[in-house]
Amino acid sequence: MQNVLALMNRISRQFIRDKRTLALLIAAPILILTLVWVVFAAKTDEPKLAVVGDSKMGMVKQFTQHDFLHLLLKQAQSKLKKQEIDAYIEIKQPLSVHLEGSDPSTNQKALKKIQDTLGQTQNQGQQALSIHYLYGNKDMKMFDSFGPVLLGLFVFFFIFLLSGVSFLRERTTGTLERLMASPIKNVEIILGYLSGFGLFAMIQSIILTCYSIYVLQMHIEGSIFYVLLTIFILSLSALTLGMLLSTFARNELQIVQFIPIVIVPQIFFSGLFKLDNLPLWGQIIGQFTPLYYASDALKDIMIRGARFSDWWGDLALLLGFSLLFIILHMVTLKSYRKA
Amino acid sequence: MVIQLSGHHLYKKFKQQTILNDVNISLASGEIYGLLGPSGSGKTTLVKILLGLEKCDQGKVELFNQKPSISSFHHLGYMAQSDALYEELTAYENLDFFGSIQGLRKKERKQRIEEVAEIVHLKDHLSKKVLQYSGGMKRRLSLACALIHKPKLYLLDEPTVGLDPLLRQSIWDLFQKLKDDGATLIVTTHVMDEVNRCDRVGLLKDGRILATGSPIDLLKTYQVNSIEEIFLKGESD
Repeated sequence: MQNVLALMNRISRQFIRDKRTLALLIAAPILILTLVWVVFAAKTDEPKLAVVGDSKMGMVKQFTQHDFLHLLLKQAQSKLKKQEIDAYIEIKQPLSVHLEGSDPSTNQKALKKIQDTLGQTQNQGQQALSIHYLYGNKDMKMFDSFGPVLLGLFVFFFIFLLSGVSFLRERTTGTLERLMASPIKNVEIILGYLSGFGLFAMIQSIILTCYSIYVLQMHIEGSIFYVLLTIFILSLSALTLGMLLSTFARNELQIVQFIPIVIVPQIFFSGLFKLDNLPLWGQIIGQFTPLYYASDALKDIMIRGARFSDWWGDLALLLGFSLLFIILHMVTLKSYRKA
Repeated sequence: MVIQLSGHHLYKKFKQQTILNDVNISLASGEIYGLLGPSGSGKTTLVKILLGLEKCDQGKVELFNQKPSISSFHHLGYMAQSDALYEELTAYENLDFFGSIQGLRKKERKQRIEEVAEIVHLKDHLSKKVLQYSGGMKRRLSLACALIHKPKLYLLDEPTVGLDPLLRQSIWDLFQKLKDDGATLIVTTHVMDEVNRCDRVGLLKDGRILATGSPIDLLKTYQVNSIEEIFLKGESD
């Protein structure tokens, strides 16, 4: 019994000494729970729909009474393209529904709402709908819309861990100190790490992307080269972030502790969940996560087959993140060498 | 006499604790300077400040008669208390890496690796991973990494800690050889019997240099039979 107590006592002491672990034990779940709450407790995810047709027609009125926007055809087409609406129904013979198409679950919700509304109008009787997809098609599976996001997420996660731990080791084993006492510039250390890990990040990107597309048959509209480019640029930001944060960790455990703080929140903003209904502050946080931009670009390329001009901004921002992380890392490295 | 490295009126505090309190030190070309002191006396901090790895609160360091700069690291061999090796790599690969960082060309590197491996008696173990090395072998490899670029000044922080007496002997023989080849060395230690192999020693205690001079002179001046007694005397003063 005394042994058990002694152990218990020792463990509590260690816990209390390690304030960071203690804080994390409480703070990280609170953070994640809050994010889950924000993402899922936001108003139920109603699809945004519109109706196109002569306003004198009874059917148009029916739809507008059910929260459908009344738009001109041109407006509806452009809003659909900008993802401001998820679908619109054109009142003509036959009734035609145009879906944005990139997210299968939204497609289904939109179709269901349209059919429900039609069912209530009844006076037209049962009508066949002609359904058109702006992107994707009716065979698109959930995997096709989540796939690009998951691809980005896994690459980010593993590269972050790897670069964080290896730079940490450089510090804890003293090899960083030896480097600091050698004629090598800080920027050369960072560039060396970038090229060394970059090489393997590139190999990883190529294999994962090819596997997803050729073996798992993930839906791809645009060029595979663009996918690779995006994944690679994303991995650079994971690489630089891992290195930067490693300077704030004393050991491997503390690197692992960054996962709930750095990785998990990004998942919520990565596009796995619809963000349109988030409160403004939630949407703002999303704008600060690299994964958000990577997913945006990947979805553009893989599902919508968008042109370079549509997503180059995302990649530029990702590169901006990397640059920011590198600069911050340079600043922290400065404290290791005063010469 | 050429001064290779000097620190003037160095002060360092860490939080409330004074680590260095007005330390003056200078190393003349071609001498072995032993920095002697009990653990916690500030030896490592002093070495790091002299290297430029740590900043002093007050005072000035001159390396080769100028402010320490990255280019001066070409002529400097540093060995920290930790072995600072890449365990996944072989001994050869470690030496090769640190040699390249020091700017040695490929051919030169190959030749120097052979040479330093010979010096530290690791020639037969070069292709082994450091992971498989014993503590003493790691220590010697770490030293070899500091030798690879033939620096003219060595800062060695407890290079013989944890080594058996025979090995310690052979490492001190090596220091003597480096010195004979014209190098300057500062070696920290808390092992008193290593003192006699230094040309000059500085006794560091509680962040102050208690005394400095050749071991024989110190014994005479303080009228003691061993260096330990000077530390004890310092305590009673």
